[in-house]
Amino acid sequence: MRPSYKVAGAALLAVSMLAGCGGSQGGGATNGTGSAGGSGNPVTITYWQYSYPSKVTEIKKLIDEFEKQNPNIKVVEQDFPYDQYNQKVAAAMHAGKGPDILNLYYGWIPQYVKEGYLQPIPEDFMSNQQIEDYYIPMIQDSKLDGKYYALPIAVRSLALFWNKDMFQKAGLNPDQPPKTWDELIQDAKKMTVYENGKLKQEGFAPDVQGQGYHVFEEVLLRQWGVTPFSDDHKKVLWNSSPAGLQAFQYWMDMFGKDQIGDPNFETDYETAFKAGNCGMIIDGSFALGGFKQALKFNWGVTTLPTKDAGGTESNFGSYWVNGIAKGVSGDKLQAAEKFLKFLISEQTQKEWLQSVGELPAAKSLSSDPSIASDPIYGPFVKGLQNAHATYFVNESEERQAIIDETNKILLNHQPVDQVFNELVQKEQSIRDKYFSGQS
Amino acid sequence: MKSVVLEPRRTPQPGMASRRMTLAARRALTAYAFLTVPVLFFVGIRILPTLYAFGMSLFTDDGKGPTLANFKTMVGDEVFRRALGNTLLYVVITVPLQMAAGLALALLIGRVTRLRGFYRTVYFLPYITSVVAVSWVWRLMYDPNSGVINEVLGWFHIPAQLWLRDPHEALLAVSIVMIWQNAGFAMLIFMAGLEAIPRSFLEAARVDGAGPWQVFRWVTWPLLNPTVVFLAVTGVISALQTFTQIENLTGGSGGQAGGPLNSTVSMVVYVYNSGFNDFNLQYASAVTVVLFVLILLVTLIQLKVLNRAYEY
Repeated sequence: MRPSYKVAGAALLAVSMLAGCGGSQGGGATNGTGSAGGSGNPVTITYWQYSYPSKVTEIKKLIDEFEKQNPNIKVVEQDFPYDQYNQKVAAAMHAGKGPDILNLYYGWIPQYVKEGYLQPIPEDFMSNQQIEDYYIPMIQDSKLDGKYYALPIAVRSLALFWNKDMFQKAGLNPDQPPKTWDELIQDAKKMTVYENGKLKQEGFAPDVQGQGYHVFEEVLLRQWGVTPFSDDHKKVLWNSSPAGLQAFQYWMDMFGKDQIGDPNFETDYETAFKAGNCGMIIDGSFALGGFKQALKFNWGVTTLPTKDAGGTESNFGSYWVNGIAKGVSGDKLQAAEKFLKFLISEQTQKEWLQSVGELPAAKSLSSDPSIASDPIYGPFVKGLQNAHATYFVNESEERQAIIDETNKILLNHQPVDQVFNELVQKEQSIRDKYFSGQS
Repeated sequence: MKSVVLEPRRTPQPGMASRRMTLAARRALTAYAFLTVPVLFFVGIRILPTLYAFGMSLFTDDGKGPTLANFKTMVGDEVFRRALGNTLLYVVITVPLQMAAGLALALLIGRVTRLRGFYRTVYFLPYITSVVAVSWVWRLMYDPNSGVINEVLGWFHIPAQLWLRDPHEALLAVSIVMIWQNAGFAMLIFMAGLEAIPRSFLEAARVDGAGPWQVFRWVTWPLLNPTVVFLAVTGVISALQTFTQIENLTGGSGGQAGGPLNSTVSMVVYVYNSGFNDFNLQYASAVTVVLFVLILLVTLIQLKVLNRAYEY
């Protein structure tokens, strides 16, 4: 084994062992329900997800297992690139050629429900109470008009990844990642290399459209003392106090004034980090599945920085959910329910952690001490404790708004305070439009 | 030839049909039968969806209608106006330049005596290469930090440009790719057009003492009129429908195509974004109707203005 893999390898081993012994306990329950209604006509159901390599591999493996347990059900998996996923779903659903069960980002639920793509989770399958008993409380953010439409396998939080080799080369202590944002910027500056005005290596990848805007909305704003949205999700409160603008200014400085990196350097931060040209990135636990294989250097994971040493910790939690398409009924519905039950089972969740890197969403597993103390999963589990899942009404539109408005500052050099107010107005109007259509 | 086609049909079934119908009627029937397939295809794939989109444009997102609400929204929609303006810019920038480049190449290759086929192939290659692949290669070349274009500019001490990421340069950067790709097609058509000009005209002009420029201006150019009309019409229509280059040069990694700040958004990209990112298929249909009218108008005007009578 390559020495640079030591940490990753050890972690993998540890996790696979724990997942292995846990699996034998959790497995019984799923098998029980699985074989209960195993008779009937052969049914084929289709499952859609976007093409995230580690997830696609894992789902295919799970389908094989599921089909062995339920010989009458055949599950066809189809996946599409992330950038075309929503388009594909929209086109197929309108044409009546959609999947029976599909994977979607929790932030898309309102949109999907409005368009009539999803049916609520059947009461006799899992009641609201059962869902809330089974999952950690964060899941409740995906409840829409008192109904759950889709259920997650796993949840994700964010953490800071750092390249220990680059720290070493820049004269920094490779085992001491930054604890505050100021430290992060200082460290990043030491690792950033410009040549003839062109970036050759970046210390930290500032970002808007990846996880960056979540970092601003749920981490920076909260650490600066601003609650981003009202409790009923209807009001955008980013500028409810002057601290909001300060946080925004601080965030925008990372892109410009601080000169620590470029959001589009080597396409995106994940690629730049994998290539070993980026010192630090903020990414989700879902990146672990790919990183374990791809990273050819020493790296570490730690909790997100805070504003001041020992200050408020905050994190963005998110999850992908699985919902049953509207109109699926009869045998297909039964098969889809069975497959969904299989997907959200504790056993699957443990396997998922190991192969994809996303954290178990079941209450019973989230407090598992062996996961929390793991050097790689630990920071994510810790982050989950302070995690907030933004209640999106139209995730893609909200994201596009913040991309466009920040570009006005970064590319057109418009004044930060003016753009910030504009941005808040824009985000507010997206919410107004949604909620006015609701009532 | 006829008997070859008909013979095998007759032998297996010497039945009733052949006796009642005349040969001409049967032949016509066969022709219609074959024609039906493409007609059905055309109606099903083109005409009906078009009509369906027309109908959809009269309804709003939440199912109200028929109404002109979508068109009213469009009037006040800043991004729509941007898309309309950009689309016209794409036409104005790319069509004349790609035709000029194509004509220049055609004239130059016409003078080359050796390796003509080679040059023709080289300049035509971009046109037959996948637009997606070409766009991604250009995207890498345009990269401000690692792209080859900024590298070359650096040799001449020209500061690195942001290209696709600068709202002021992005539209031009996209246009360059389109011109580069379409010039090959224009070249090929111009070459054919030049071949079609009778040599005797050129010789007569030269005998009368016309210089190379005069020959071009007064003989070649007027006789190329049909070629120019053809290229202008097809060029404008395809420029009005620009999508693939923009999607691949500016889309992806979380952001919508047409960025930064909608500086490269075209009508079709806007249709795509509103239909499939914002899930407002009704509004997208309404924009499509506007695009349809625009293309129709432009084509009619072009055919009227450019298609003057010409005589050999």
